[in-house]
Amino acid sequence: MTTRRFFTEELNELQVKIAELAEDTKDVLKKSVDALFEKDIDSAQSIIDNDHFFNQKEQMINETAMILIAKQQPVATDLRRLIIAIKISADLERMADHAKNIAKSTKRLGAHHNITINPEIREMANLAMGMVDIAKKAYETEDISLAKELASNDDKIDEKYGEVTRELLEETANNPQQIQHIMQMAFTSRYIERYADHITNIGESIFYLVKGVSYDLND
Amino acid sequence: MGNYSYEVENLNLWYGDNQALFEVSMKIPYREVTAIIGPSGCGKSTFLKMLNRMVEMIPKVRVSGTIKYNGNNILENYRAEELRTNVGMVFQHPNPFPKSIYENVIYGVRIQGIRNKKKLDEIVEKSLKQAAIWDEVKDRLHTSATGLSGGQQQRICIARALAVEPDVILMDEPTSALDPISTLKVEELIHDLKDKYTIVVVTHNMQQASRISDQTAFFLNGDLVEFDKTDKIFSNPMDKRTEDYISGKFG
Repeated sequence: MTTRRFFTEELNELQVKIAELAEDTKDVLKKSVDALFEKDIDSAQSIIDNDHFFNQKEQMINETAMILIAKQQPVATDLRRLIIAIKISADLERMADHAKNIAKSTKRLGAHHNITINPEIREMANLAMGMVDIAKKAYETEDISLAKELASNDDKIDEKYGEVTRELLEETANNPQQIQHIMQMAFTSRYIERYADHITNIGESIFYLVKGVSYDLND
Repeated sequence: MGNYSYEVENLNLWYGDNQALFEVSMKIPYREVTAIIGPSGCGKSTFLKMLNRMVEMIPKVRVSGTIKYNGNNILENYRAEELRTNVGMVFQHPNPFPKSIYENVIYGVRIQGIRNKKKLDEIVEKSLKQAAIWDEVKDRLHTSATGLSGGQQQRICIARALAVEPDVILMDEPTSALDPISTLKVEELIHDLKDKYTIVVVTHNMQQASRISDQTAFFLNGDLVEFDKTDKIFSNPMDKRTEDYISGKFG
């Protein structure tokens, strides 16, 4: 029986909200990549229109964390839990921004282009979504071995990003008239690569929560 | 003067059959603030009182181990009066004597035999200034100290402790009876005083310990569980019991 039942409950609620936001961030990446492959401009537009939802959620999490810091004056692990809530929600919001950027590229490509979208982009997105699941589990269970697993998955995405970039570079030589479209593809793969970097940041936050020291998962 | 005001080794203390302290060893750094925290009955006040030997008058108290003050074991062949001249104490409830502010401050100094009026005036002014209360009382030095507010009385008691020029000040919950503003004044005072004094403060207020101290000792059931830099204790303690206590999970 803890003497801080209400505080513990409020911390748990915050944790649930973050896990939900992570799930939403994963969904929006899936939708944005589907829209890209299916040339679905309406879906892309709805992703852009709904981006404010992520900003609101981030703000709500930050405010809750700030109020808990002020009211409960937490220390040690409890304090770190609130600090990383703020950091993770910022990472999730940025991830949603990258999904929105993919939707913008989809709009710019338009519904009638005839260039092939590199299948590696889908593979990168699938890997990134898998990373969100791992990060969520690591966060909920405070398992730092899972947090470290994120780093190796991020490396795979970086490799694929390298492949896509090389292919697109060749494509510019072969189809110089398509350069505008090819650029949008390059951007898209870059957005997914950045999306995954933020998940790695989340892994680092979880490591900090558990161990109390900073850790660079990219090292 | 070494780097430590106190070096405590394997200190055990019994009240009759009840052991209150178990093999406590810790070094209290010179001219820093050391906070002692822990739940009620953990031995923290007993430990503090041992530092100027205030426990030994209690019947049936037995002690083993050593407490070195500036290198000398105060538990063997050491005059309590000499120790208490160098080690001042401030208690939980302000306890001014029913005398004027002036007489309160120079009480200990008079016992030491100083009679020179000019010298006494100087000591009163200097001590009250150090205790951050001079401006509030300088025009009423010869009125009763008991007429002051609780926060002012506590600073008068601190001035009284400072007047005899000790090098250590022990404080047992010095702000627990004070309002928030008086508490902050005493906290700022503690911060200023550490330039000249070694300060050991027992507190139930963990935020206070984290604000005012350089290192923190956590006592539990008579054991010293953890003693480390305050920043470390309140950000990433080593022992789970420390973490649970400072996070309010028990106590």
